[in-house]
Amino acid sequence: MYKVGVIGDRDSVVGFRSLGLDVFAVYNFDEAAACIDTLAKEDYAVLFVTENMAEGIENVIAKYRDKVFPIITPIPSNQGVKGIGMQDLKRNVEKAVGADILFGKEG
Amino acid sequence: MAQMNVNPTRMELTRLKGQLATAVRGHDLMKDKRDELMRRFMDLIKKNKELREKVEVELTEALHSVLLARAVMSKEMLEEAVMYPTRRMDINIEMVNLMSVEVPSIQYKEDGSADVSMYPYGFANTSGELDSAIARLHEILPDMLELAQVEKTCQRLADEIERTRRRVNALEYIMIPQLEETIRYITMKLDENERSTLTRLMKVKEMLQERNL
Repeated sequence: MYKVGVIGDRDSVVGFRSLGLDVFAVYNFDEAAACIDTLAKEDYAVLFVTENMAEGIENVIAKYRDKVFPIITPIPSNQGVKGIGMQDLKRNVEKAVGADILFGKEG
Repeated sequence: MAQMNVNPTRMELTRLKGQLATAVRGHDLMKDKRDELMRRFMDLIKKNKELREKVEVELTEALHSVLLARAVMSKEMLEEAVMYPTRRMDINIEMVNLMSVEVPSIQYKEDGSADVSMYPYGFANTSGELDSAIARLHEILPDMLELAQVEKTCQRLADEIERTRRRVNALEYIMIPQLEETIRYITMKLDENERSTLTRLMKVKEMLQERNL
């Protein structure tokens, strides 16, 4: 059995607690990075990270890109969507296809 | 294209011909693999995009409700209200083999009986905004998990496609031309040797005939 974790600023993630997910409130990028590293060693399979935290710890997230677990998925915070998740998606398309074919006609 | 550094012998030639046949076959297989990976990837990435758009929109709304709830309730009250959830989310992940790429497949189940309310608090001390926020989050959660699964799958597929494409290109533009070039070089060299032997023999014969006269 695997667990699901949610990492982000307190106000964004507090609601997930009532759904039975494990919530970790962090206040800065360093804490978020440390949190991911710790959780990755336990049996957390899916980690949702709010975008405002994810943008500062890209190198930590990239570290787990090649690994199967944990699956790190950026989610919007309560300050709205920053487009980091979409950017990752776009990067995948570019990597696989060689050109961006999903978004717009440019490039 | 640079040829390989080999001795122009018949044995080398046979060896290289075998290698070329393998390379060509490998190239065909790799190409098929790449095309099929690409096809799957295109299906998945579209789904990925739709899911992400959906989750982003709905989650933003849900989080706004949380924010509203937070605004009308004190921080301590809010924290206290959600402190002891009535259910626990556990997921099970199986690795599925998709075109020799290991991708995750998430099954989730909520632990907790269905007749227990999903609100882990009494309604007396909390605001209605919190109820709707939690109901919304609860609705999005399956989508979020699916998004996590699809996104990881796409990511792994993209990596695999890149690797496969590199191999295809390496075979197509380096290995195969190089082998062909070397094979031609050896064949020519062998032919040349044969011709020179022939002329030498003819010359010797001529010389012998002259002496006998």
